[in-house]
Amino acid sequence: MSINATLIGQMITFALLVWFTMKYIWPPLFDSLEERRKKIAEGLAAAERGQEEMQLAEKKAKGVLKEAKQQSSEIISVAQKRANEMVEEAKELAKKEGERIIVAAKAQVDQEIQQAKENLRQEVAMLALSAAEQILGAEIDQAKHQDIITKVSNQLAG
Amino acid sequence: MATEAHAAEGATGYIIHHLTSLHFGEGFWTLHLDTLFFSALLGGVFIWFFKTAAEKATSGVPGLVQSFAEMLIEFVDTQVKDSFHGHSKLIAPLALTIFCWVFLWNFMDLFPVDILPLIGSMMGIEYLRVVPSTDLNATFAMSISVFFLIIFYSIKIKGAWGFAKELMFQPFGPWLLPFNLLLKLVEEIAKPISLALRLFGNLYAGELIFILIALLPWYIQPVLSFPWAIFHILIITLQAFIFMVLTIVYLSMAHEDH
Repeated sequence: MSINATLIGQMITFALLVWFTMKYIWPPLFDSLEERRKKIAEGLAAAERGQEEMQLAEKKAKGVLKEAKQQSSEIISVAQKRANEMVEEAKELAKKEGERIIVAAKAQVDQEIQQAKENLRQEVAMLALSAAEQILGAEIDQAKHQDIITKVSNQLAG
Repeated sequence: MATEAHAAEGATGYIIHHLTSLHFGEGFWTLHLDTLFFSALLGGVFIWFFKTAAEKATSGVPGLVQSFAEMLIEFVDTQVKDSFHGHSKLIAPLALTIFCWVFLWNFMDLFPVDILPLIGSMMGIEYLRVVPSTDLNATFAMSISVFFLIIFYSIKIKGAWGFAKELMFQPFGPWLLPFNLLLKLVEEIAKPISLALRLFGNLYAGELIFILIALLPWYIQPVLSFPWAIFHILIITLQAFIFMVLTIVYLSMAHEDH
């Protein structure tokens, strides 16, 4: 029960324990705690940053999408306009072409009518000539009477 | 349950036997071998546990041992940060050592009072006191060490003259110098004495009650020892905690310059 040398022994043990704890136990454990705390803080910050970045990206994507929509609608309207123009142009062209074809056809018809008339005239002249031949009873020499035939046919043509 | 065996010597003999240390030597140079052995053993348990945790310490996912060690470290660190505002490499490890070591000392109180002495007597050891904190030498060794640290830090931080001035001129100014000195000396010396006696008194009384319960008939013993043991779980933790907190407070007072 009395105080004795045990006291000194206990003090030595205590000093050794404190020294050992101070040197080999507290620092590694405390450092690992601190490091983990830092890691967690970093992780949280990174997560927050990521979220912010995501929000930013979403905003950006929305802007890009909007722009793209606008651009596409512009392109569509331009294309529509151009298509309308092309149709108009094509119509115009077709109209012109048609007119030209009609004119050409008309010219050809005219020419053919003329040709037919000429043929008819010649035939009529021949007929008239043969009729006159028969009437006169004498053969009209084509060579001799070429100028008469021409005259008649000219008259007929007139 | 060894009541029968000891009944022949009488209750007083049984109690005295339980409270006698295994000693060696004469006079002041007596060594309480049981106190020295058990406190060193428990210190070894403490070191072994924390060393295991410290070796495998990782800042990643901690294992069970590391989690428990870290819990204690954080608990002690919080206590230190609450009352100590300086920077010291010693105080936190010191507080951890005190808390764990005193707790383990006190924990020996929860072993049945007869079991370890019985094993001891089988091995030919006549006397065995297993709870180091029921030995004044153990509690005083710790509190006197703390006292030396208080003096050391007071002089280190305030300087020898600063510390002397604090002893002489406070709290009532230079005109009441002798009275100040007396008051301050009592205050300083009361610190280790109260630390040691508080721990010793609580654990000695607790152990004594366990011994007294062990003297009762076996069918009454559980009714009393069970609640007392549960209550004692609180006491042993609380006493370890008080020793640690007061050490931190005293050392932070030593660091404060008035």
